Amino acid sequence: MNPPRLIPFEAPPNANAHGALAPLSVRGLTVAYDEKPALWDVDFEISQQDLVAVIGPNGAGKSTMIKAVLGLTPTLAGNIRAFGKPVKHARKRIAYVPQRTSVDWDFPASAEDVVAMGLYGKIGWCRPVRRRHRGSAREHLDRVGMADFASRQIGQLSGGQQQRVFLARALAQEADIYLMDEPFAGVDAATERAIVDVMRDVRSNGATVVCVHHDLQTVGDYFDSAVILNIRRIAAGPVTDVFTEENLQAAYGGRLAKTEIRAIADSA
Amino acid sequence: MNATDFLSIDLPAILVAILAATSCGLLGNFLVLRRQALIGDAISHVALPGIVAGFLVSGTIATLPLMLGAMVAAIIAAGLIETIRRVGRLEAGAAMGVVFTAMFAVGIVLLEQTGASNAHIDAEHALYGNLESTLWLVLSAWSDLLTVEAYIEMPRQLATLIVVTCAIAVLIAVFFKELKVTTFDPGLAASLGLPVRTISTALIVVVAIAAVAAFEAVGSILVIAMFICPAATARMLTDNLGRQLWLSAGVAAIAGVGGYFAAAFGPQLWGSANALSAAGMITVVAGVMQGFAMLMAPRYGVVTRAMGNRKRRLDLAS
Repeated sequence: MNPPRLIPFEAPPNANAHGALAPLSVRGLTVAYDEKPALWDVDFEISQQDLVAVIGPNGAGKSTMIKAVLGLTPTLAGNIRAFGKPVKHARKRIAYVPQRTSVDWDFPASAEDVVAMGLYGKIGWCRPVRRRHRGSAREHLDRVGMADFASRQIGQLSGGQQQRVFLARALAQEADIYLMDEPFAGVDAATERAIVDVMRDVRSNGATVVCVHHDLQTVGDYFDSAVILNIRRIAAGPVTDVFTEENLQAAYGGRLAKTEIRAIADSA
Repeated sequence: MNATDFLSIDLPAILVAILAATSCGLLGNFLVLRRQALIGDAISHVALPGIVAGFLVSGTIATLPLMLGAMVAAIIAAGLIETIRRVGRLEAGAAMGVVFTAMFAVGIVLLEQTGASNAHIDAEHALYGNLESTLWLVLSAWSDLLTVEAYIEMPRQLATLIVVTCAIAVLIAVFFKELKVTTFDPGLAASLGLPVRTISTALIVVVAIAAVAAFEAVGSILVIAMFICPAATARMLTDNLGRQLWLSAGVAAIAGVGGYFAAAFGPQLWGSANALSAAGMITVVAGVMQGFAMLMAPRYGVVTRAMGNRKRRLDLAS
């Protein structure tokens, strides 16, 4: 492997074709756990109002990429900018939906409590959650069809309902870019529908969604663009352009049968 | 029982028991929810070498040097646990087990070899505490509680615990939101820009302070129980973190008072003249309360649920 290109941290912000600052631009991102690279020299840029699927086989570094963008995992190299700024100066514009299995659902909190956590950034340090914040949390629960479950302890919800609570919490952040880590994993059809509706809804309001996704069959239906990863970036761009046999073979070769890859490429 | 005995012997012990139990009990909520309950155990043990070292360095048994020593020991222990976990490829519980037993042993060796044990610190007190020896000698009548002198002559452990307990209550109230979100979802918390690691470290430091303040008075066994039992009991009774904190404080206070009375006056009911260990009885009361909550809690109790299921089966049958 060639060493990753080291890019100075203070690189000039990249402006896209329209002159606007890209919601997310990643250059030369390299992450390694121990000696093994998890991401190697990954470049891509996300444009505004785009619904982007991040796909790739298990261990391709999809979640790592999201975490590296958010600064939750240390990077070896790379320049990550959100709206032309380092991510830590753009946190209020970014919402994060972690994997549902990353938290303890036995925690003593109601659905409304969890959604209110999305408002903590706005409320600020040491200030209490007030009645209007609770009202706002309930409105966001209503947007994902969970208004009736506001006071339910989160462990008493189904997997799909829990995922919708996480989605409502991200909505409460009223961000400009939503980074979601496998929101479709293990959810029921109603929740899948709700997530897709919400993604389209935030896109029509000008926001951008980047979503780690596993189901290759639905990428074309749900998303505008895709970033195909397998440690390296295989391809990035509109789904119809990047879902080629060649790219899918490069990402999934050996894990999916040739016929499956061809079928997916044809359907996109 | 006359007023003078009660005021100078029982009252300070009861207050110390309540405050020690409450300060540890409040923090225990976060330790239990972070699955770090054993940290309280580890820290209350590593406090011993810290206290001995603090005494050896300063030459006094004043609270501040002892507490500083214990805090330094707690921080060293936290660092060692992390190092052993990584280098030795052990799970966190095993790494803690190695560190706190080793450091506690070092503390005992230090105690025995340096003569610190003559200075009111000894291994038995470290385990069982010394609640019965907390005396508020200036009190001889209830009206004395209204004099300034009473508070100047307040037992040192009691004064320390009042300050520590109030500080913990204020810290939890002020940083409630931050503690809640970093405990539930550290990933989200970090993405919001909260310093997740700093908050975890600060929690451990505060746990160390509470453990030391309580440990001097009630010993490490009670400290461990108080980090876990009140929080675990309160968790059975509510699904709301704020209410859980209040309930845990209540459970801890009841255990403190109930345990002390059971130890001091319980044996007389059976005609026995010997008092029981107060720290031991407080722990027993806390354990009994937790057991009761596990059986009878409105939603999560084993018995309650079994009765609910039975009723549902009967309803379905009819």
